[in-house]
Formats: sequence, C-alpha cells, structure tokens
Amino acid sequence: MNDRVRQLRRESLDAVPSVSIERALLLTEFYRENEGRWPAPLMRAHAFHHLCTRKGLYLGEGELVVGERGPAPKATPTYPEITIHSAEDLEILSSRPLTNYHVDAADISRYADEVIPYWQGRTLRDRCLEALPEEWHEAYEAGVFTEFMEQRAPGHTVADGKIYRKGLVDFRAEIAAAIDALGDDPSPESRARREQLEAMDVAADAAIVYARRHADLAREKAVDEADPQRRAELERIAEVCERVPAHAPRDFHEALQAYWFYHLGVITELNGWDAFNPGHLDQHLGPFYDQGLADGSLTRERAKELLGCFFVKFNNHPAPPKVGVTAAESGTYTDFANINIGGLTREGEDAVNEVSYLLFEVIDEMHLLQPSNNLQLSAENPDDFLRAGLEVIRKGYGFPSVFNADAVVKELLRQGKTVEDAREGGTSGCVEAGAFGKEAYILTGYFNLPKLLELTLYNGVDPRTGKQLGLRTGEAADFETFDELHDAWRAQVDHFVEIKHRGNAIWERAYAESAQAPFLSIITDDCIASGRDYNAGGARYNTSYIQGVGIGSLTDSFSAIKHHVFDDGRWTLAELNEALAVDFEGHEALHKTLVNRTPKYGNDDDRADEIMVRCFETFFEAVDGRPNGRGGNYHIDMLPTTCHVYFGSVIGAMPDGRRAATPLSEGISPVQGADRKGPTAVFKSAAKMDHLRTGGTLLNQKFTPQILEGRPGIDLLVGLVRGYFGMDSHHVQFNVVRADTLRKAQLDPDSHRDLIVRVAGYSDYFCDISRELQDEIIERTEHEGF
Amino acid sequence: MTELDRLPQTEPAPSGVAVFNIQRCSIHDGPGIRTTVFIKGCPLRCDWCHNPESLDGSPEVAINKRQCTSCGACIEACPESNGDRPARGPDWDDGNCRRCGACAEVCPGEARELIGEARAVAELVAEIERDRPFFDASGGGVTFSGGEPLCYPTFLTGCLEACRERGLHTAVDTSGFASKKVVRDISRLADVLLYDIKHMDSEVHKKHTGVDNQPILDNLRTLSDENATVWIRFPLIPGFNDGDDNLDAMASFVGGLPNGYPIFVLPYHPTGIDKHRRLGKRPPDVDYRSPSDDDLVAVVERLRSHGLEVHTGGAYE
Repeated sequence: MNDRVRQLRRESLDAVPSVSIERALLLTEFYRENEGRWPAPLMRAHAFHHLCTRKGLYLGEGELVVGERGPAPKATPTYPEITIHSAEDLEILSSRPLTNYHVDAADISRYADEVIPYWQGRTLRDRCLEALPEEWHEAYEAGVFTEFMEQRAPGHTVADGKIYRKGLVDFRAEIAAAIDALGDDPSPESRARREQLEAMDVAADAAIVYARRHADLAREKAVDEADPQRRAELERIAEVCERVPAHAPRDFHEALQAYWFYHLGVITELNGWDAFNPGHLDQHLGPFYDQGLADGSLTRERAKELLGCFFVKFNNHPAPPKVGVTAAESGTYTDFANINIGGLTREGEDAVNEVSYLLFEVIDEMHLLQPSNNLQLSAENPDDFLRAGLEVIRKGYGFPSVFNADAVVKELLRQGKTVEDAREGGTSGCVEAGAFGKEAYILTGYFNLPKLLELTLYNGVDPRTGKQLGLRTGEAADFETFDELHDAWRAQVDHFVEIKHRGNAIWERAYAESAQAPFLSIITDDCIASGRDYNAGGARYNTSYIQGVGIGSLTDSFSAIKHHVFDDGRWTLAELNEALAVDFEGHEALHKTLVNRTPKYGNDDDRADEIMVRCFETFFEAVDGRPNGRGGNYHIDMLPTTCHVYFGSVIGAMPDGRRAATPLSEGISPVQGADRKGPTAVFKSAAKMDHLRTGGTLLNQKFTPQILEGRPGIDLLVGLVRGYFGMDSHHVQFNVVRADTLRKAQLDPDSHRDLIVRVAGYSDYFCDISRELQDEIIERTEHEGF
Repeated sequence: MTELDRLPQTEPAPSGVAVFNIQRCSIHDGPGIRTTVFIKGCPLRCDWCHNPESLDGSPEVAINKRQCTSCGACIEACPESNGDRPARGPDWDDGNCRRCGACAEVCPGEARELIGEARAVAELVAEIERDRPFFDASGGGVTFSGGEPLCYPTFLTGCLEACRERGLHTAVDTSGFASKKVVRDISRLADVLLYDIKHMDSEVHKKHTGVDNQPILDNLRTLSDENATVWIRFPLIPGFNDGDDNLDAMASFVGGLPNGYPIFVLPYHPTGIDKHRRLGKRPPDVDYRSPSDDDLVAVVERLRSHGLEVHTGGAYE
C-alpha cells in the first residue's frame, strides 16, 4: 500500500456511516412536480436523470477513482419509493449501538415534513403488504419465511465484460435501433416496449451527464490546485470522466472508473440487493493491464494503486439501512458486492492472470470489510493460484471465500443456460450462482425448514402462539412409522412453499409495474433486444430462488426421532414432545442422550446423511421448477446469511437436543458442535447433497491458526478444497481465528474493533454483530487438533 | 536371541484387532491428508507415552468423571451387575468387568467410553476409503499406528494388501521393535515406514522404554539395505534425548545408513497424563516438559549440521 492508498483507506475506515436524505428530497421533489407526466418506466428514468443532474458531487483529496452515491463517503441514501423510514426509524438508526447510521436531527424533521407525507401509504412495500393474503402474513410473522423484496429491490446481479468493450453511446445506438425496429406498430405491447426503451435511453444519458459533471468538477479543482502533481492527476480524472462511461475505456484507469460509474448508476437508481458487482474483475482488467505494461503507460505498482483506490470506493458504501428495525436487529454494513477471482474463460480455459494475483495482494494489504471477494477454483486453475488465495485466507479475515467454478457451470447448465453464458457467470452476494450480465436471479426469502418439523410435531399448531398455523397432519402420538412423520412434514413444506410462491407473485408484479430499473436494464442482456425491464423479465434468464435454512438442525432432529423413537423405541414421540415442551427441564439424561447418542449430520455417517438427503430432496421438489412471473423458474439455494439466528429464535426445543430459541445450524454446515470427526467427514456429509441442483450452498469451516501453520497447513487446505470440490460441491469458507480471541473481543470490544470474521457468505466486524451471532460463531466447531 | 523372543504371539482374533481410534484428516503422520488407524497393544512402556490407552491389547473402559451425572444407566446396562447395587457415581465398578462396553453404549453424557473395538480387515479398509477424495487430492492415504502395529503382522499384512489392491497409499508408524522378518515383510507392502528412534544408548533406552534398542537399530539398517522408504521420527523429549551426545550419535548412525533418510523431529506434549487417570491408572512418575521453540531450533540445527535432512513435525515443511 502506498501513502495515497493508505490515506484513502484510513479516511474510509474513519468515515462514520450516515443517512443522507438528499436522494429522498430530490426524488420527492421530482415526483411532486411531475406526477402523471410520463408512463411508469419513463417516470423512473426521468427521476434517475433528475438525481444524476442535481445530486451533490464528492471528489476527495488524493482520489483517482471518483464518485459517491451520497454527498460524502458512507453517506447512505434512502429509497422512499420502495419503503419509507419513519422519523422514529431514523432516530433508532442514529442511536442504536450496533451498525449505527448517524442522522442529523434537522434532517429527521425535514424528512418528516417533506418526504414522509408524500410517500406514506404509496410505497411499493405498503401496497404489497396490503395486497398479501392473511395466510401469508401469519406465516411471515411466525417466522416460517422471510421476504427479500419488502425493503430492497431485486438486484443480486453482476456486470459482465461488455461495459469494457462498449460505452453508453454505443448502447444508445442499440436502443435507437431497437426503437426503430418497432416501427409504427400501434399495439399496446409495442408501445410498452417503446416506453421501456425510451426509459433506457434517458437513463443512459443521465449516467453520461453524471460522469461529465465529475469531469467539470475535476477541471475546476485543477485550476485551483497548487501542487502540480495533483493538478495533473485532476486533469487526468477530468479526461477519464469525459471518456467513460460514454465511450469504451481505453486503459486500466478508465476501465475501473467506467465500472464505478455503472456501479453508482445501479445503486442510485434502486436499492437492489447485493449492490452491484464487477464479477470477473481479473478477466475484465487483464487485457488493459497487459496492454498498459506493453506500451509503458502502466506499471504493476500503478495498477495496484488504482485497485486500492477502487476498493476504497466499495468500502465507502455501506448497505442502505432498513426500516422498522429494533436495536437488537443490527444487520450489517456489508452490501455483498463480491468480486470473483480466477475461474474459467468463456472458452472454458484457465482464466487466472496477473491481475488475479494483484487482487489477492490488494485484499491482503487493505484488509477492508468491502468489497467481498472470492476465489473461483476450477480443475483448470493451477495450485499456485489456489495457494496464493489460501495464504490470504489463512490470515483469518474470512476472505476470500472459495467456490467450485466447475460446479457453478454445471448448476447453470442444468438451469438451461448456454455453456458460454454459464462460464461467464460466477457467484455473487453470499454464494449465488448466476450468468453475469444476462440474468436476473432473484432471492425471494429464507425458508425455515426446522420450524415446519415443529409444526408437524404439534399437528400444525405453532406452540409459541397456540395458533393453527399449518396443516392438520396428525397428532404426534399417532405417527406409527418414521415415513409417516416425514410425509407429514413434507405436506407442511408443500403448503408453505405454496403460500410463499403466491406471495412472491405479488411483489414480483409490483416491481415489474412500478419499480423499473432502466439503467440496470441497459447493461443486462437481452433487455434492449426484448424491450423489457430487468424487473419485468427482460433479462435473457429470469430465475427466482427460495433459500432453505437449517438443514443440519432438521436432519439431526429427524435422526434423533428415527433412532430413539422408531428404531430403538426408548421413548415415544409423545414423551419426547413433553421434554421439548419444557425445554428439557428435568429431562437431563434424555437431553444428553439426544445430544451425544444420536447419529448426526457432519460425521460422514450414512444413517444421518441419508435423512439430510431426503429432506433436501423434499425441499427441492417443493420448489424447483415452479414458474415465476417473469418467464423463468424457481430453484433452491441453501444459505442463511444470518437468518439461522432469527429462525432459531422462533422455534422451541428440538429433538436434536437444541434448546429453545437458540440459533439453528447455518448454511449446510452441521449443527454447531455436532461434527466430531474432523473436516473431511464434514465435507463428505455435505457432499452427499446434490449441490448441482441448487443455485448455491454455503459451508463454513473454522480452524485455529495453529492447524494452518507452515507448508502442511496450506497443503491441508489445498487437499480439503480440491477433495471437496472433486465431489461436485459448491462453496466453502474458512474462519481462521481462535475461540479465545473471540471471547476476549466480547469482553473488550474496543480493543478488537478491527477483528473481521466470516459470518455466513460474507465477513463482518465481530464487534458489530449481535451477541447471539457472536456466541454462535464461537460455538461453531473449532477444529483445534485432529 | 534377544528379548524380542519374549514378545507375546499376539495374532488377531477372528473378529479382528482392537482399534482405539480412527483419526481422519491427519496431517502429521506421513504425506498429505491421512486417516490414522490406532491399534491397541504395545511391547514398549515408554515413560512419556501420550497414548496410554494404546498399551493394553484388549478393550478398556475409560471414565471421564467430570461428565458423569450419576444417572445409573451404566449399572442398569451392565450384564455382570445384578442391578441392586446402591453405589452410584463415576467410579462404579464391581471388579467383574469383562470390558464389553455395554455401559459406555448407554452413558448419556459419554462419561464412559469403550476404548478399543474389534475390527476386521474388510470393515476397516472400507472405513479408511471414506476419505479417498482427500487422499487423492493431497497425495495422502492411511497410516497404521498404535500401540505397535507390528504386533499383528497377519492382520497388518491383510490391511496393507487390501489397501494396495484399492490403490491407497499406506504408511506404518512403528517403534521398529519386532522381528527382522516382520519388519522386512511389512516394509515390502507399505509405501513408507514412519520409524522411531527414541534414544541411541541401549541402557537409557531400556530404562525409559522397557526394551533394548539394538533390534530397532538393526532392523533400520536392514530396511536401508533393502532400499525401503523410511521417514525417521525422533520424539524430542527435553532431559531424556536432547543431549548433544545422543543427537550426534543418532546423526552419525542415520548418516551412516546406505540410504539417506529424512528425520522428523516431533516435540513432546504432555497430553498423556489425564488419559492415564481416565483409565484408572497411575501416570509414570516422570516430569517431562515440552521443548521450547529455541530447544527445537537448536536440535534441528545440530542434526542438520551433520548434513541430514531434518523437518519439524510429522510432514514435510
């Protein structure tokens, strides 16, 4: 890290996350003045243009890559068209101890006066919640599933390479050609397409204007700049911003700045999930890097400096805060932009290049929360590349996570993508596979698999509320075989997936009709060709996911019932239920037997793993292949982010010995502490799931630093990763930290503010996450010695 | 004739030998990721032994008192008990224990543990094969350790042949205290022998391990003559074998072998004490400590000064 990057990094770390009301004010002003003036897509596009033309600019001292979503680093806008923060929400955000966002008192009252009255009752969220049926609300409130789109727009997507080969001027020409091709067809469909295309054109112009305002600002600053070196830099920045994104970038610097303007456009237009993401950054930058070195315009050090400046930009952009949050629900600043390193080229060859290694160096030296990053490992990639990534992982920041690039391609092929589109794809967010630049792949919500076993044991009644929430599938005492019980659970799964599916359609339609994303549509194939929006099925591929949570806890609970009730007959299901109802109070021997004497998932024990497979298949069959409203299909993911903590909090004691309200197992990881045969057994168990029929699975492994010392430590990780991926599995991430250190950090957070740990699909500051999640991370099996 | 002749002729029972641990994902018992199979029974009585549960060739019941809740399930399950005993608690034992493990099977808190389970060759090899994806990815395989696996040449031969048929890489971790024929035969079936040198002085060796080192050193020379692949393992125990004389003698012996063998220095850790107690045995009356990092470096450097290839730990650094 040179002085410039060190300084920018320091400023980014010191910047206080805050809420900026600028976007909300501009948007409200625009809608008040123009309501009804244009059809919906054009309203959205002109609103975006209004923002790009008027929002305040920021160009910081020493910056080479420029542009902020808000008026300053970490100033985070709100999106009142989707959901409206109340004054109380803003006060909570500003005062809560964890993941706090500062809000000026004056801004809160201005928000209350000017923004809230206009949007209240007319936000997308308000309208959908009104339209959803009672059964949806009951299941949602009971914690059977969550809803992704209630506060943030569908996003989840990633840029491909076309933005480095074309500029917005070129895209505008394509848009114009598509409009021409519509001719003067008077049909409503044709008119809708024309409106959508015109919206894209307005959005393209908006981004060009926005970039050129930065060019003007840089020129102004250059005039006043005393330092000749900085003056030259500012003049260069002006030149770059004049060039991109209007035209294709010509060099490494322009390529980074071009991406960054697209990024800002996407996250200003809407608050889509996972922000936006440059995807295969090493592949995209590789040609610019080579050319720069060849013609002498770039050095390795200069490339690294530019990457450092670029990384700071991601860290300056915390996730937009949600509404209705309490102090306890802390959330995270991470916004899940997840850079892919390595993997395959479009032709299926090893994609690793010098920029891949540069990125590892930058990640290692910068040690930032954002951007997330991951290592895409194909059998085609060399071990040296894997080792370089593992050297960073071993240091324990939780970065990069590791993905099986070959499995990702197979997953996407199964879903019907072409092999080239699949190889140009990768993973984003936490672990989600997608065809970059060509797919709208929308996560719709987490699904609480163990909660449905609890409902099954109570004949559909939720023991927390006494309400008849699910189907009446029979009293526990009446199940005569394990298969009967499992079938009853299956019926509950089908029932609630159906409710979730119907609810999703309401959200989906709302976004398609009133929250278009014309700017994102420009750079997502084939929105221009089809004249349809990203949120309305315009992408080449349109996928929806429901994410299963808690398969480890579910498996172990089923296994305990099978083993102790139906096989051994030591207890009846009714007796077991009695112990569950009182959280095992007074049933210590039973509790210990459930914990210690049950075949558990994560030990390569077929007795448990076969149950896991059966549960997985049930969930898969309930979801996979259902049609969505955008011309695509539903698939499943197996990832929790932090939802296993919330989902656990709504479930009482479970037959695996888990106490009431404690976290569930996370991702496809075993129950915390249930795996006793070391990491290879965990990997073997996890690989029995058919990862290729998901769009992503998440497996966490925790090691102490000693295990990973020296050459044998790296050799171990190489063998584990290659062995696991050889079984067609999707992903693994490593937490390398001692439980001791984490406990110390709980006692003395101030001395451990920089401690970054892997949470679930992303890393976070340990001291910023909730106590429950901290405890859960400590409890995840730590492989001390084996 | 040596005291080797006094070795018990411990051929395996038809059901197999007592295996007390199958440790998966081992990275310090040979190359790559390995599964280490620990077999009970050892002719040596090293006073620093960290695996006291490996000494006796038959199963034993270990008791971890802290985990006992005095629930009485062990008494109910015991086939030797008539069930009317009032005594309860962790130490319950009426002296008639046949080491069947019925009590451990039912103990809810895992306070009771049966150490050593009879394993037949086919079953054991099937278990080993479970980690094949990781062996293949890392150049690993299986390591037979103990106890002393050479106590069971027929069983071990069966295992090694079955592994060879399946293409599994094999290592045998041995004290070398066995007949020349057994050592030779096994070395021809195993891909590598992990071979201990504990001390060069015959008397000291005998005092602290219970056996003479002469057959051990003779066997090693034979292996070298036959070009067997051997990794020499040196358990470094300060105060016992870290003296310069011993190090120099070992270096000169190893340097004088016809084959150049690497030496792996394994630092001693006092993990055996608590295990003795759980088995209801008194730990040996010795006071060894772990070597410091400086101790370790000094030993490694001294051995290297003799031109030997020396590593720290159980695998290539």
